[in-house]
Amino acid sequence: MNDYSAVLIASVVALGLVFALLFVSRLLAPRYRTEAKASIYECGMVPMGQNWSQIRARYYLFAILFVIFDVETVFLYPWAVMFKQVGTLALVEMVIFIAILLFGLVYAWRKGVLQWK
Amino acid sequence: MDIAGVYLDPVVISIIGVILILSFVLLTVLFLTYLERKVMGHIQMRLGPMRVGFHGALQAPADAIKLLVKEDLIPATADNWVFRFAPYVVFAPVLLVFMAVPFARDWVVANLDLGLFYIVAVPGLAIVGLFMAGWASNNKYALLGAVRCVAQMVSYELPLVIAILGVAMLAESLSLSEIVKKQDVFPFILVQPIAFVIYIVASLAELNRTPFDIPVAESEVIGGPHIEYSGMRWGTFYLAEYGNAFAIAAICATVFLGGWQGPGLHPFVWFMIKTYIIVFLIFWLRATLPRLRVDQLMGFAWKALLPLSFLNLLLTAMFVLYGWLVFAIAIVVSIAAIVLGYAIWRSRQTSRQASFVRPATVLLIEAAGGDGQ
Repeated sequence: MNDYSAVLIASVVALGLVFALLFVSRLLAPRYRTEAKASIYECGMVPMGQNWSQIRARYYLFAILFVIFDVETVFLYPWAVMFKQVGTLALVEMVIFIAILLFGLVYAWRKGVLQWK
Repeated sequence: MDIAGVYLDPVVISIIGVILILSFVLLTVLFLTYLERKVMGHIQMRLGPMRVGFHGALQAPADAIKLLVKEDLIPATADNWVFRFAPYVVFAPVLLVFMAVPFARDWVVANLDLGLFYIVAVPGLAIVGLFMAGWASNNKYALLGAVRCVAQMVSYELPLVIAILGVAMLAESLSLSEIVKKQDVFPFILVQPIAFVIYIVASLAELNRTPFDIPVAESEVIGGPHIEYSGMRWGTFYLAEYGNAFAIAAICATVFLGGWQGPGLHPFVWFMIKTYIIVFLIFWLRATLPRLRVDQLMGFAWKALLPLSFLNLLLTAMFVLYGWLVFAIAIVVSIAAIVLGYAIWRSRQTSRQASFVRPATVLLIEAAGGDGQ
């Protein structure tokens, strides 16, 4: 339990450091706000149109594939630690499991999901 | 716990350890920014920074002062709170990763049982911070960069996670201290060369560094999620990037190169030598390789690295169950299979291309001795 309390302390210290750096910068740096400075940067032009725009569904498909395989890796970690003790049986079981998942990947591949256009 | 006869509360020891590592990481990051400019300079046959101090040695502190006294701008139309909070989310994981890294025998702040899992899980938090930065800026380029960032980091996370599993199979443990202790006979890179390459490639992609810097490409999205940040708020992203580069080198040294194990020298010296070899490799790759296109990038992660990481898992299983001989045979067989598969695929591609009717311009170029590309 003590080990994870160190992680908690570290996250507090990290956030504190960023806060301290920004605080020092606030004390030292000049602050003259003008309208031009407060506008967003678009290569020197006046910003045009809607900025929070819609995103292509292409990215969404990659996210779905990611979730499928990422859940699988959660199963793989305990398997890897116990692998040597369980032996060949563990290998056979995991080959079957991964083969099913790879079949899904090949299906997505053939369907052109992985083709970025 | 007693240290030098004085009783210290475990919490106090943890706080001292965290602060020691924080100062160590910050000094290293300052040094790395200088080292990278020097190394890049010499690779490109220039001198790099020379003005501030002896051979530009004070360049990094000078840059830090410049960032601190620079005006901090927040766009009027930005999502204010998300914009301000993003640098915190990007920087915190960097320090957290170092908590589990053993710098020498027993020199580790948090000796986590799930160390290996922890060091691949925690850096993933930075994705959230970068997307927050890109979204909150209310800028087209920042948003585009942030979306590219998420797509890329998510795709490369998978080969990284699966490649590093081979190490867990060899060490039969997820604790980093245990993994280093298991490497006293030979470093795991001898059995895990594929995993080592996949880890370096995938973590460069996680870092958004060249050749995987499409999300922050200056010529395409003008810095991506960082575009609206200035002064120390931008400096935090910079700190995080170099801190991450160092973290990746340290993890690589720990997991594949045997960590602090080594003859003669102090364990910490061995650890630093191995880490700086990887750091140099990262700088070298940046100076050598051009940027990948976005379709090549995603295709490479899903079609090349992911199947390779599963192959690595299978090869490691062969080694663990049947020893060196079967392992060597399995490697030769899989290399032969890959080469044969590639040759068949290539010959089918070229025969398909040859059947196309070529445009007159291509025929002209070919007749003139060009390759018609």
